[in-house]
Amino acid sequence: MDWLLAVSICQAAITAGTPILFAALGEILAERVGVLNLGVEGMMLVGAVSGFLVTVRTGSPWLGLLASLVAGGLMALIHAVLSVGLRANQVVSGLALTLFGTGLSGYLGKPLIGVPAPLTFRPVKVPGLGDMPFLGPVVFGHDYLVYISYLLVPLLWFFLYRTRPGLHMRSVGENPAAADAMGINVVWTRYIYTVAGGMLAGAGGAYLSLAYAPTWLENMTAGRGWIAVALVIFAGWNPLVALAGSYLFGGVDALGLRIQAVGTVVPSFFLSMLPYVFTILVLLVSARGKRRLAAPGALGLAYDREGH
Amino acid sequence: MRLRLERRLDVPRPLIWLMPVVSVALALLAGALFLHLTGSDPGEVYGMMLRGAFGSRYGTTETFVKAIPLMLCGLGVGIAFRMLLWNIGAEGQLYMGAFAATWVCLSFPEGPAYLLVPAMMLAGLLAGGVWALLPAIPRAYLKTNEVITTLMLNYVAILWVSYLVHGPWRDPAGLNFPLTPPFPRSAWLPTFPGTRVHVGLVIAVVAAALLSVVLWRTRWGYEVRVIGESAQAARYAGMNVERNILLVMFLSGALAGLAGMCEVSGVIHRLQHQVSPGYGYSAIIVAWLARLNPWAILVVSILFGGLLVGGYAVQLAGIPAAVAYMLQGAILFFVLGGEFLTRYRIRLVVSPGPGPVVAAGAGGDGSPAGTAAPRSAGRGSKGGTREGGV
Repeated sequence: MDWLLAVSICQAAITAGTPILFAALGEILAERVGVLNLGVEGMMLVGAVSGFLVTVRTGSPWLGLLASLVAGGLMALIHAVLSVGLRANQVVSGLALTLFGTGLSGYLGKPLIGVPAPLTFRPVKVPGLGDMPFLGPVVFGHDYLVYISYLLVPLLWFFLYRTRPGLHMRSVGENPAAADAMGINVVWTRYIYTVAGGMLAGAGGAYLSLAYAPTWLENMTAGRGWIAVALVIFAGWNPLVALAGSYLFGGVDALGLRIQAVGTVVPSFFLSMLPYVFTILVLLVSARGKRRLAAPGALGLAYDREGH
Repeated sequence: MRLRLERRLDVPRPLIWLMPVVSVALALLAGALFLHLTGSDPGEVYGMMLRGAFGSRYGTTETFVKAIPLMLCGLGVGIAFRMLLWNIGAEGQLYMGAFAATWVCLSFPEGPAYLLVPAMMLAGLLAGGVWALLPAIPRAYLKTNEVITTLMLNYVAILWVSYLVHGPWRDPAGLNFPLTPPFPRSAWLPTFPGTRVHVGLVIAVVAAALLSVVLWRTRWGYEVRVIGESAQAARYAGMNVERNILLVMFLSGALAGLAGMCEVSGVIHRLQHQVSPGYGYSAIIVAWLARLNPWAILVVSILFGGLLVGGYAVQLAGIPAAVAYMLQGAILFFVLGGEFLTRYRIRLVVSPGPGPVVAAGAGGDGSPAGTAAPRSAGRGSKGGTREGGV
């Protein structure tokens, strides 16, 4: 019995952690080039609603996912134009993006409330690997999006630390003036990765509305976008640590739901607080360590090539 | 011939005031285009919003009712933003203020109004302030990211209030709705005769006056402004940055807490699970649009209060009220873009060949900007002009 419970909690931790993981990977891309995007929550919401909308219209969750990617990318483009192109304050621009995304998704999603999910992403057991004890159901009993996220993490890590474009990208976030002098187009690099990051946030939203929930609810991200931003700090801007962190948050989330289901004396409201309190604690812990030093040197600073 | 950007050394005053007005107009225009594309008639939607918000006596007073919490929260986040403290937690601080005021009211329901109302106010102030101190302390001493910690506490505060109104504080006579029993009359904030507009409006105006005096006429206000410009410089000048972070965040949260007290005591007359439709978040836009100027925050709050009331009005036509929030976000986008034009001057220059974008006064200093000049020719519009001596 306890074994089954452990399996189900670990499995749920991965499911609940996946939307956060997508968003966190996207935020790592943006922050690595020095663009702090606090619009993750808004991009996820718009991704979630457009993914659901297109899936309802076309019957294909893959087209829905595509729509989420495009929507998240377009949202991020607004942030890029404002903060990279027009050198607006990145904090304020990102906040505006979240507020705008919340309103936009609420507007677009109004007719979708209560619409039952059409074909969505369903768990697919990986042949062979899925039959392993414990690991089989926990790691290999998920839907395609989870498997995509598994692949994305090492790919991104390799790209960041082992390839030339990855090196360029990091140098833009670390010291844009030096990168510029090396002949790297700082502005373009920042545009590209900010938009790519938005696409991943959109995918995180799609996971919520097409696999996790699967339905559309207003503000269904419930702060997951913000948790992803915090997680990036905790992860030291490293995709591998972000993976572990996402599942940790997912685990806290899943644990809260399990305890609620068992029916304890602890009111459910306190259990719902867990991920948020946990996020604050994680930030406090990572503030003490060396992790903060891992922040890209030019994070949050607009680049004005003619000096400041 | 190409466009050249020059950093303005001095922003012309009319531009400072014109920019937000033009930005709002452009945002509404973009919103109209969007409404048109999604199948709504923009003229009809805007007409309904305008009539709903300002077209009747009831609408106008409702606009003021909605503007009051925006004013208080906007003043709160505005003072924090001045010090580059990103307090995104006004929403949660508002909820904690509402909670504490309710607690006082439920504890002393027999208290006379002249004691009960001030006590509730004090409780609201303190609760909001303390709720803001929680993230302020690690921000001051550990440099944790206050954007995220203040925001996470919003969720915690809202869940806490939800717990109370679903559980221990639920009105037994409330047919299982998540709300507390109604407050006694003695716990109500007085209203202007014949309206729902309560004295919170006066409090907000007084708060704006006090803040502008403090900011521009006192030593402490001077410190806040200097730290906002450069914490490093402030430290060299012997200012206690940490203590000021705590003070400003407390003040910021206290104002939001006061807004929460005003909502439960002046408008709802009880605590319920949804005290605010996101005043704390809208206040961020209000403060920025008002360029953090306390008086301008009052004016912008009225505009945004109207936007909220107008948002409710269009619901009758089946258009979601979320349209109001969408417009708020769009307005902020355009203001942010417009700020660029106040900081930079766009010049059309006629120059032969790929001339460097370095101004004469600072040229030839061997900086990356100078050496990279030939490469920059193709995208000269991306570069600014180096300010002499910087």
